[in-house]
Amino acid sequence: MLILDCPYCGVKAEETELQAGGEAHLKRYGPGSSDEEFDGYMFMRKNPKGVHFERWRHAYGCGKWFLAARCTATLEVFGTYPAQTSAPPADLQAKIKSKRPNWEGYK
Amino acid sequence: MSNAVSALQGKSAVGFATVTEAGLQGMITLRGDLKSAKLKKAVKSAAGVDVPAARRITLKSGRGAGWMSPDELLILVPYAEARATVEALSKALADDHHLVADVSDARAMFRIKGDKADQVLAKLCPVDLKTLADGELRRTRAAQVAAALWQSDKGEFTLVSFRSVADYVFGALELSARSGSELSAS
Repeated sequence: MLILDCPYCGVKAEETELQAGGEAHLKRYGPGSSDEEFDGYMFMRKNPKGVHFERWRHAYGCGKWFLAARCTATLEVFGTYPAQTSAPPADLQAKIKSKRPNWEGYK
Repeated sequence: MSNAVSALQGKSAVGFATVTEAGLQGMITLRGDLKSAKLKKAVKSAAGVDVPAARRITLKSGRGAGWMSPDELLILVPYAEARATVEALSKALADDHHLVADVSDARAMFRIKGDKADQVLAKLCPVDLKTLADGELRRTRAAQVAAALWQSDKGEFTLVSFRSVADYVFGALELSARSGSELSAS
């Protein structure tokens, strides 16, 4: 069972209260982009075994979207943070780096 | 005006706790910048209480306000006063980006009473009720539908759901409260 802390309302929300929104920090390519760029944005996902950044929505709670960093292999949650950002907070990145020295970064 | 009735018209069931549909209750959704002084003032005059802190609900003699999300409040007033309160709030906030809606007839309210009332909810909601603070409003799910709940008195919880699922929620609460299905003796 996955338990994430909602960064907006502070509730320790259990998985069934949340809605998964797929990979986080995607760069959106819209009109005017090349076919390769749009194809990459639309279909290509990292699907790593290890550190993964995800979008989650506190669907049954405050209704806000937030981002979470967790390990897909162990289900360890590194942290959650508000969605109004284009990169994970530096302290969270440092924390992940200390726990997973081989992690190559979120990009 | 038409004769307003609540979703289940006060239906009640007695088990190890008593589940009652609470009847007509004025409920108003207010969305906007909860930090703005104008909104704080408008809420104070409409609900008679200050804007509650995050995840808190303040009730005072039949009126009150609950924190639903970082930009949403639930204003509780007597049913007959809901329309006038909406008008007062809209007028006070006219110049600001906001939303006020009378949702009294779109919601249903239930009261779960008894020493073990928390066990009725513990079976339906993914919430550790032991850690529910005094005056905490918790939005969660009850079985399969969205709900908001708080401890309204000693041994009494109040739960709000959408009216369209009122029958489902009552059924779930009634089943959960049946005698013999207590979680523990305490």
